[in-house]
Amino acid sequence: MNPFSAILFRDMRLATRAGGSAALALAFFAAVATLVPLGVGSDLKLLSRIAGGVLWIAAVLAALLSLDRLFQSDFEDGSLDIIALSPLSLESLSFAKLFAHWLVTGLPLTLLSPLLGVLFGLPGEGYVPLMASLAIGTPAVSAIGAIGAALTLSIRRGGLILPFIVLPLLAPAVIFGAGVVLAALDGLSNGAIWLLGAFSLVTVLLAPFAAAAAVRLNLAG
Amino acid sequence: MESFFAMGKYAAYVWPAYGASLLGLGLAVAFTLSAYARAKRRLAALEASE
Amino acid sequence: MASIFEFANPKRFMNLSGAILPWLSIVCVLCLAAGLYLGFTAPPDYQQGETVKIMFIHVPAAWVAMMCYGLMAIASLLGLVNRHPLADVAAKTAAPLGAIFTALALITGSLWGKPMWGAYWVWDARLTSFLLLLFLYLGYIALWNAIEDETRAARAAAILALVGVVNLPIIEFSVDWWNTLHQGESIIRSGGPLIAGVFLWPLGLMAAGYTTLFFTLWMIRIRTEILERRARALQLGAT
Repeated sequence: MNPFSAILFRDMRLATRAGGSAALALAFFAAVATLVPLGVGSDLKLLSRIAGGVLWIAAVLAALLSLDRLFQSDFEDGSLDIIALSPLSLESLSFAKLFAHWLVTGLPLTLLSPLLGVLFGLPGEGYVPLMASLAIGTPAVSAIGAIGAALTLSIRRGGLILPFIVLPLLAPAVIFGAGVVLAALDGLSNGAIWLLGAFSLVTVLLAPFAAAAAVRLNLAG
Repeated sequence: MESFFAMGKYAAYVWPAYGASLLGLGLAVAFTLSAYARAKRRLAALEASE
Repeated sequence: MASIFEFANPKRFMNLSGAILPWLSIVCVLCLAAGLYLGFTAPPDYQQGETVKIMFIHVPAAWVAMMCYGLMAIASLLGLVNRHPLADVAAKTAAPLGAIFTALALITGSLWGKPMWGAYWVWDARLTSFLLLLFLYLGYIALWNAIEDETRAARAAAILALVGVVNLPIIEFSVDWWNTLHQGESIIRSGGPLIAGVFLWPLGLMAAGYTTLFFTLWMIRIRTEILERRARALQLGAT
C-alpha cells in the first residue's frame, strides 16, 4: 500500500474508534441542532428559515472539535518526525490527513443533515441544496482547519486557540454555504453554489502547502 | 459654544466617538512610550554592570 | 553564541529610526492638530448633519487598520523567505497597533451608524468585515503568545498572516455578497468623489496624521524590541 493510502486509512481508523473524533463530531452536530430550537422557540417558520445557517454552523463547530488533534497526536509520539523522513512529502501527508478528516466528519455530517433538516421543518426544496452545500463546502472547513491544526500542533491545549485563528477564515464557507440553502428557499439563483465550489477548490488545493510549511517549521525547532 | 458641544443634537454620538479614539490612541502612545523607556533603562543598567 | 546583533541591520535601523522619529512625530502632531481644527470648524453635512465629523476619525482608523495588515503580511513574507531578522519583529510589533485601529474603526463606525440606521450594530459589509479583521489580528497575536520558541512563533505567525492576507479579499467579497443578498442597509458612505471639498481637507489631514502616528508608534515598538533583545543577549552572555 502506498504511504498516502496508509496515512489515510490509519487516520480514518483512529477517528472511527469508539469515542473517536467521528462519533464526537456527529454527536456534537446533533446536539447543536437539537439545542437551537430549544433556544429560539419552535416556530417552524423561523426554524425553517435559519435551518441552513444553523446546520452549517453546527457542521463547522463539529469539524473544529477534532481538528486540534489532526497533527498533534503524531507530533507527540514522534511519528510525525518519522513520516517527515519518509518519501511521502509533507504536502501529501497534509492532504491525506485533511481528506481523512473530511471523510470522517464532513461527509457523515452531510449525510446526517437531511434528518436534522426535518427537525427544522426545512421545506422540500431545501434538502438537496443543503446536502450539496455541505458536501461541497465541508472540504474547505477541513482544509482551513488543517492549516490551523498544523500551526498549533506544538502548543499544549492548542485546541483552545485553533478555533480563534480559523474562524474568520471560515466565514466565506459559512456565508456561501448557508446562502445556497437560502437561495433555494427563496427561489432565487444567487450563484452561491459556484462561489462555494470555487472557495472549496482553492482552499483544498492550497491548504496542503500551508499546512506542510507549518509542520516543517514545528519539526525544525 | 453651546451649539458646538451640542453638535446639532448628535452630541451623544460624536463626542463618545472622539473620546474613544482619544482614549484608544492615547493608551497606545502611553504603552508604547513606557515600554520603550523601560527597555532603555534595563539595557542601560545591564550595560553599566558589564 | 552568535546573536543577531552581529548583523548590521538592527544597528542601522536604530540609527535611521532615531533620526526620522523626531520629524515624523512633529508631522504627525501638526497633521492631527490641523485636521482636528478643520474638522471641527467644518459645516454639517446636509444629509448626515454633524455626524459627518465622525467620518474624520472613522475612515483614517479603518484605512490604517487595513494598511497595517498589509504591512504585517509583507513583513511576514520577508521573514519567511529572506529570514531577515527585523522582519519578524516588524510583523509582531505591528499587530497590536493594527488591532487597536481596527477596534477604533469598529467603535466609531458603530457610533456613526446608530443615528443613521437606528442601531449600534448593523451587519453591514464594512462593519462585519472589520469585525472579522479584528479576529484575524487577535488570532495572530494569540498565536505569537502561545508558542514558546520565538523563532517557531515568528514562522507560524507569518504563515497565519499570509493565509489571512490571501483570504482577506475573499472574506470581504463574501461579506459584501452576503450583505447585498440580505438587502442590508446602505453602507457607510466613506469615500470617493462624493465628498465635498470642505470635508476632504480635514479627512486627508486626519488620514495623514493617523498614518504618521502608526509609523511613529511602530518604529518605537521595533526599537523597543531591539533593545529588549540586546538586554536578553547580555543577560544570557553574563550567566
